[in-house]
Amino acid sequence: MMTERPNPDALLEAIDRPEDLGRGRLKIFFGAAPGVGKTYAMLEAAARELKSGVDIVIGYLEPHQRPDTTALAQGLPAIPPKYFEHRGVQLSEFDLDAALARKPKLIIVDELAHTNAPGSANNKRWQDIEHLLAAGIDVYTTLNVQHLETINDVVAQATGVAVRETVPDAVFEGAWEVELIDLPPDELIARLKSGKVYIAEQAQRASESFFKKGNLIALRDLALRQTADRLDRQLDKYRRIQTDGGSLAVYEKLLVCVGPSPLSAKLVRAAGRMAASLRCRWLAVHIDIIGRAGVSSNVRERVLKNLRLAEQLGAETAILPATEMVSDLLKFASDHNISKIIVGKPQNPRWKELIFGSFVYTLTRRCREIDVYVISGDPEKGPARPTTARIAKTFDYLGYGGSVAIVAGCTAVNWLLRRHVDPLNLVMVYLIGVVMASSRFRRGPSILTALLSVLVFDFLFVVPYWTFAVSDTEYLFTFACMLLTGLVISSLTYRLRSQSEILRERGQRTARLFQFSRTLAECKTRLELITTAAATLAEAAGTRAGVILAADDGRLGLDSPASQFPLTPQLHAVASWALEHDQPAGSGTSVLSASTATFYPLVINSQKLGVAGFEASETSMLPDPERLALIEALIDVLKNTLDRLNLTEQAEKARLDAEAERVRNILLSTVSHDLRTPLAAIEGAGTTLLENGETLKPEARRALLNTVVEEVDYLNRLVGNLLDATRIDGGTVILKKEWQSAEEMVGSVVHRLKRLLSDRPVIINLADHLPLFRADAILFNQVLINLLENSAKFSQSGSPIEIGGRQTSEGIEITISDRGSGIAEEDLPYLFDKFFRGRQSTERQGAGLGLAVCKGIIELHGGSIRAENRNSGGAKFIIIMPFESPPAAEAEPIAG
Amino acid sequence: MLVIEDEEPIRKFLRIALESNEFAVIEAADGQEGIRQAATAQPDAVLLDLGLPDIDGLEVIKRIREWSQMPLIVLSARGQENDKVGALELGADDYLTKPFGVRELLVRLKVSLRHQQQRHTGGEPAVFSSGPLEIDLARRIVKLRGEQVHLTPIEYKLLQILTRYAGKVVTHRQLLIEVWGPNNTGDTHYLRQYMGHLRHKLEIDPAKPVLLLTEPGVGYRFSEETTEDHTS
Repeated sequence: MMTERPNPDALLEAIDRPEDLGRGRLKIFFGAAPGVGKTYAMLEAAARELKSGVDIVIGYLEPHQRPDTTALAQGLPAIPPKYFEHRGVQLSEFDLDAALARKPKLIIVDELAHTNAPGSANNKRWQDIEHLLAAGIDVYTTLNVQHLETINDVVAQATGVAVRETVPDAVFEGAWEVELIDLPPDELIARLKSGKVYIAEQAQRASESFFKKGNLIALRDLALRQTADRLDRQLDKYRRIQTDGGSLAVYEKLLVCVGPSPLSAKLVRAAGRMAASLRCRWLAVHIDIIGRAGVSSNVRERVLKNLRLAEQLGAETAILPATEMVSDLLKFASDHNISKIIVGKPQNPRWKELIFGSFVYTLTRRCREIDVYVISGDPEKGPARPTTARIAKTFDYLGYGGSVAIVAGCTAVNWLLRRHVDPLNLVMVYLIGVVMASSRFRRGPSILTALLSVLVFDFLFVVPYWTFAVSDTEYLFTFACMLLTGLVISSLTYRLRSQSEILRERGQRTARLFQFSRTLAECKTRLELITTAAATLAEAAGTRAGVILAADDGRLGLDSPASQFPLTPQLHAVASWALEHDQPAGSGTSVLSASTATFYPLVINSQKLGVAGFEASETSMLPDPERLALIEALIDVLKNTLDRLNLTEQAEKARLDAEAERVRNILLSTVSHDLRTPLAAIEGAGTTLLENGETLKPEARRALLNTVVEEVDYLNRLVGNLLDATRIDGGTVILKKEWQSAEEMVGSVVHRLKRLLSDRPVIINLADHLPLFRADAILFNQVLINLLENSAKFSQSGSPIEIGGRQTSEGIEITISDRGSGIAEEDLPYLFDKFFRGRQSTERQGAGLGLAVCKGIIELHGGSIRAENRNSGGAKFIIIMPFESPPAAEAEPIAG
Repeated sequence: MLVIEDEEPIRKFLRIALESNEFAVIEAADGQEGIRQAATAQPDAVLLDLGLPDIDGLEVIKRIREWSQMPLIVLSARGQENDKVGALELGADDYLTKPFGVRELLVRLKVSLRHQQQRHTGGEPAVFSSGPLEIDLARRIVKLRGEQVHLTPIEYKLLQILTRYAGKVVTHRQLLIEVWGPNNTGDTHYLRQYMGHLRHKLEIDPAKPVLLLTEPGVGYRFSEETTEDHTS
């Protein structure tokens, strides 16, 4: 939140403003009052620019200008204004979209301080102009001194006319150039009288008092001073960079304490001016006393309003939860290297300060090296503090009733004890009551308990009884001690309790955050995650919420499945702005505040993840700080979860890539080895026949030719399996399922492998009336072929291969068993993996694809395949195909 | 003999194999050329590769079948079962899956030529005989090794169709249409069951059939190879 003091490089940057590269330049034609000729001067400058060939356009001019101004304007191209219908009145406004689309080099937009018609994208014209500047368009505009935010109240004080349309000083300060259009007051009045200044009728009456000479002098003074100050600051900045950073060794930082009262606004403005003249950063802080009797939302809103004002004036703001005003404030100040603290002059009556101590006095006494500035308030001017309303609203009946009951209880006990116990010891019972009250109730009831106890004790148990009179003056001392002890105890207990409350609140919040992050962690899909998050955020904010994720290119998608409110194109634009600038936008913020929702960017490590949005509702325009803090914490958790998810996905993708790479490598080595070996054999046999064909014996020739045929056969099967494996992996296999009979399948495969199986008995043992099953004939055939080949390969020539088939509860079971050496136990789990080769070595292993293909095919059919060793020796492969009841065949008589 | 095939090595192998079995061979490297040669040279039979560079092999069959019933055997790669069935339904006589051996080729070729001859001489013989099986087509009596076998009408019909095209593959669709009529072409289920029954009645070991062979994904074939195996 806080930045350290800038180094010279930063200051150089500040002058050169490289971050503003591509940003348009703002020129303000600045005047003391309407009628000094700002617009005219602006148009003249524009005409000059136009003559020198600059692409210039009039964005907006206030209507009803003087004739010579209008004549000047007619020579310039213009963008037609946008027309609004508002409560039956037609309003014209600057058309920002058209201007952005037109994108001239320089644009003229009159009246910087103007407030846009309701329904515009931005509240204020200066926000429109910010957009133009951001788009790289230079802007000429006009401004009167009374519209400057920080001197707003000074103007009101000086002229008696309150100005509601204000422009943040930062805009004025950040302008590339400010040209003062100056006209002595007498001349202005003369112009006004001769009708050369147009003033709208409704403003006529107000203007009569405004254009008094005294006012005009004051305003001129202010305008000249502002311009001079700005020049001075520029010069100073320049000088400081010219020398070195050394003169900045003592870098100031201001802190202003903000409360709910309108006086605080004045305080904020004063602090803003002071910070501006000291050219230093400043903070506006509201000290929130934890556990104080329920602060009304009204008060809270006014505090936030003051803080927002400070923000607009360029301050950083914070709400400081504190148990003890002064020490917590000083700790905060020293944490943030504050050099000056500005506080308001206390409004409390003197007696209150004597009893409860004075905040200002304590602060000045304990502030050590920090300067404390006390600025006077002006109680008559601000509206009355609504303290009574607040107390009435939150009057603690339970607390006060309870304290009366406690005193009554203690009195009853003492009444019973009064004959046996010395009156002085009865005091102890009351002290117990005070402790009880202050451990349960707020400060008020606790104090009441102490006071009541003294009174009742005096009334009932001190001679003379039944009066408040005291015969023994010694009792006065008792009363004093009793009251003091009661107050101290109540104050201590109260503080202890409020601290434990803070801890409890903190604990609850932590638990809530923890719960949230755990809920998010349990979400299976991204959609589920953001939907859950939106629900939690909505609950926390008390309004409809939504989470919208950005695509990989950092742009927001148009559909928002996890938003509880519809994401209109306007809101989409606001959300996009928030994400783009990594800054909250929309209702309740300073950007695009006219929109109906607020969006918080989800950006982590400059990675744009998305936005969280909240629909603006009547009640939640200004959410209270605790809620805001919770929402922000929740958003942080969401951000981190999303980020972690992204990282996990990236890691997973990397793992899959590595796995694919591994398979590819194995494939390459397998293919090159397994294809080359038979090719070498074929080439060997072929060349031998070619070279020595005539001299070879017939048997030798036949043997070579057999080699060629066998190797080709092997290659054919290998390529077939490779193709199958690729198709199954690629998901391109379309099953052509038909009813199949196991008998037929087995028959055709055994027939096809006649030659391979010719050296051994094949025992087929299929159950009678085995039901048909649905399968793709070609693929299922391939499974049986691969299994039979496998069995033949791993068992001795002459040993039998058995094929079984039966119906079980699981489906149709087809088994292929051999009498070979079986499968090594450690190989069993990997048997069906791609490119797995058993450890037993035989003359030819194959690519380790056959069984993987079998598994792939069977699983495509919804069946299963497994291997086991037979008790009696050998391996057994078991296929289970799902059973579907086939349509019954009609009975048919036997033909004669 | 016309060989329509774009792969030179296969053409070469076929020419050598066929010429050494006393067939005269003409070659065509693409579909258009093939159709032209088939019209001008009037070969006794055509060997057609389905994967041609210019036009689809199926198209070639269609075009040739427009004017000629000459025996036509399709050569196809593995995994093109649908094309095979399509080719057979368009009127191809039989198919061979690459890679194939010479012996297989000659067997298919001879069967097709024989059927062509039968078509020319006209009609089926009154009695069909192959290996242990004998069918008196006029009296609908089936004898296996001299003993009469009782068949249901559907079983008989199936057997009759398969033996009519003995040695050639008959597609599931063709069987379904001929036995159950054109509306039942989807129910291979019945077909499997009746083929099963038929095997149980005719084969020594129904799981190791020698007469009624299955062509996976395509159809059935009545095998004459049992007899030929003994002779060769």
